[in-house]
Amino acid sequence: MTHDTVVIGAGLAGLAAALRLAEEGRRVLVVAKGVGSTHLAPATIDVLGFDGEAVESPAQALPQFAAAHPGHPYERLSVELIAASIEWLKSRLPLSGYRGGLEENVVLPTAVGAAKPSALVPETMAGGDLRAGGRFLFVGLGLKDFYPAYLADNLAGSGVPARAIELAPPLGRETDVGSVGFARRFEQPAFREAIVRELAGRLEPEERVGFPAVLGIRQAAEVWRELETRLERPVFEVATLPPSVSGIRLFEEMTAALRRAGGRIVIGQTVVGAETANGRVEAVVAEAAARTGTFRARSFVLASGGFAAGGVELNSYGKIREAIFDLALAGAATNGGPRFLPTYLEEQPLDRVGVPVDDRLRPTDAEGRPRYENLHAAGATLAGAVPWREASGNGLSLATGYAAAGAILEGDS
Amino acid sequence: VTERVRDSLDHCVKCTICETFCPFSQVTPLFPGPKYVGPQAERYRTAGISVDASVDYCSGCGICTQVCPQDVKIAEINSQARAQLWEESGIPFRNQLIARPSVLGRLGTPVAPLANWALRNKALRLLAHRLLGIHRHAPMPRFAGRTFQRWAQRHRSPVSRRRVVYFHGCGINYYEPALGEMVVAVLEHNGFHVQVPPQDCCGLPLQSNGNFEAARAYIRRLVAKLAPYAREGVPIVTNSTSCGLMLKREAREILGVEDDDLRTVSEATYDLCEFLLLLHDRGELRTDLRALPLTVPYHAPCQQRGHGIGKPALDLLALIPDLRMIELDADCCGIAGTYGLKKEKYEISMAVGERLFRDVWESGANLAACDSETCRWQIEHGTGVHAVHPVELLYRGYGLDAPAAVGVSAG
Repeated sequence: MTHDTVVIGAGLAGLAAALRLAEEGRRVLVVAKGVGSTHLAPATIDVLGFDGEAVESPAQALPQFAAAHPGHPYERLSVELIAASIEWLKSRLPLSGYRGGLEENVVLPTAVGAAKPSALVPETMAGGDLRAGGRFLFVGLGLKDFYPAYLADNLAGSGVPARAIELAPPLGRETDVGSVGFARRFEQPAFREAIVRELAGRLEPEERVGFPAVLGIRQAAEVWRELETRLERPVFEVATLPPSVSGIRLFEEMTAALRRAGGRIVIGQTVVGAETANGRVEAVVAEAAARTGTFRARSFVLASGGFAAGGVELNSYGKIREAIFDLALAGAATNGGPRFLPTYLEEQPLDRVGVPVDDRLRPTDAEGRPRYENLHAAGATLAGAVPWREASGNGLSLATGYAAAGAILEGDS
Repeated sequence: VTERVRDSLDHCVKCTICETFCPFSQVTPLFPGPKYVGPQAERYRTAGISVDASVDYCSGCGICTQVCPQDVKIAEINSQARAQLWEESGIPFRNQLIARPSVLGRLGTPVAPLANWALRNKALRLLAHRLLGIHRHAPMPRFAGRTFQRWAQRHRSPVSRRRVVYFHGCGINYYEPALGEMVVAVLEHNGFHVQVPPQDCCGLPLQSNGNFEAARAYIRRLVAKLAPYAREGVPIVTNSTSCGLMLKREAREILGVEDDDLRTVSEATYDLCEFLLLLHDRGELRTDLRALPLTVPYHAPCQQRGHGIGKPALDLLALIPDLRMIELDADCCGIAGTYGLKKEKYEISMAVGERLFRDVWESGANLAACDSETCRWQIEHGTGVHAVHPVELLYRGYGLDAPAAVGVSAG
């Protein structure tokens, strides 16, 4: 089957590129070896949270940041384009009700009580903005890996008035309920009733109430609003450890939008190679039962992720390789040096490894020329960023996915 | 291959994505989820020791393997663990019985009216529920009272240099021979000489009911029948997605059958829609299709998705003028072959199917499409909406249902 564009990878970068193209009437196919980053990350859109210290306004900080980090994907993107990608996402995902923008970062508490800046946050999390001041109560449900006392203590240590309550909600026969299990329960009125009843009389005036981000999947907005109404105060969610329910909502809403726009998505097929000719990618080849399948298209988006997702591989001989097209890689510290440093929290030699690209996000060769004229790359595949230090992961994925689609649309016109 | 399946455990990073997708653990606390009974429990399984009987509540739908971002063969590992469990405790008579569709077919076909009456008689179903453990409300197909094989042996397929072998499976042979005739008609319409060698069950139901030994015997017998054609380079086409997957992959990956014949047959086997779409890609599919002004929701069954071929039915049916297909995104209908027939699992199976049933209902259509036979029966059972294989729409689009009606306005 010939498509206009085949996108490899179903994380935020791949889905953003695919959705934008499908909305423009292109026949789009997303092929992914599995479900990925959306289900592991909190669904906040962090554009630039830290540049040495916490960033208050990404819009103001970005030009200087890009100038100071040659080879960083943000070097390829204008602030206007990043802002446009954010406004685009907000308008496409009404269920998530994203709030914020590039002008100022919202600062949300993490599950361990750290303060993390994000440009765009789901409306169910917005009430946790630490900049607003006030007092916080964090509610535990017996969910593993969410310890409200630990969260509150750490926040209190940095001067935020916070305390914790641990509830024992009714869980029926199940003893080990995970985040998705809680999310399903929150969609049942009786469960919400039990939570509200347990909290009655235990709230202090002016306190904002934080729950782990498990307030429903498809009905999260309704659940969250009901809790705010019934508890008569701001209620917000705190992102949990994986699996991330807020990330599942993002995936569900984006894939539903993609289907509505006529896009196709195939999960469970690993792209293992490509057919190329005359400086163009003609097709990608994916593993299937008993044989390989070939997907032809006029253009391709590589959003297969970095080391964690297998888009970039490191073998036991220390050789690094882009897994599908064997593209040139950049961002590695000098050859022959150590691959890891014992100082875990310092920047590691392989942190910035990825695919270098030109201004149209096309992977480049050693001379800086585009390797294939119709191949674009986006997301964690790209070289130059350290998203976990910069708090830039989803912002980069969104903006580069959006921009890759833009480059393809531009090339068509 | 089975070693490679088990070795894939090492790639599990415990991200729990499979748990969030498993349609069965979502609706029952009896199944703790694919990661718990798979990569987690597998660490404690040594030869001859099963640590956890809850793996029996895995339906084998395979969604966990599809969504795993690290390529861990979760469903395959769990199928093997389930077989080991039953090997130790003995396979119940009920599981042995419902896992042999061709035996049931041979018994039921000559007495079809009686058998169909019995399968719908409340008192007898209650008895079967109590004595055998087959749920009294579980969907049961109707014996056609004739076999597709018999029709095929009498049928003279037009001579052509382009040949194809039709592996029809048990569902077509005993329950849906008319669908088998449509498959043959569509292939012949596209210029193929269709050969239908004698064939028996592929062994899939035995595999999912834990009797690997009997399943291996079935698949080997089937492969012996099909291998001569495959060696000649004749493609083998099937409209049964789960049996096709058995031939393509599961016999090797789950049952561990390793021989050259099986490999040759695997590589020659195509899902019907996959095959037709490949023809279309080469410009060899006829597109003399008349309009079908219908809106039809389409469910791609779990086993169809296991083929890794996308959803070719949607691309094929897009060729039919005025036919609007709605791609449903519910993961599973719940039946999983024989899973939903079991007394202790019927309610679970219906709860899994609920979202799909609702989506079919909300589409407002009075016709649905789905590739797998047991899933179609489950959809009809859960919604009352008639469900057809996509090829039936193609058959109607080609006008093969009314060949005499030349001149009837198209649409």
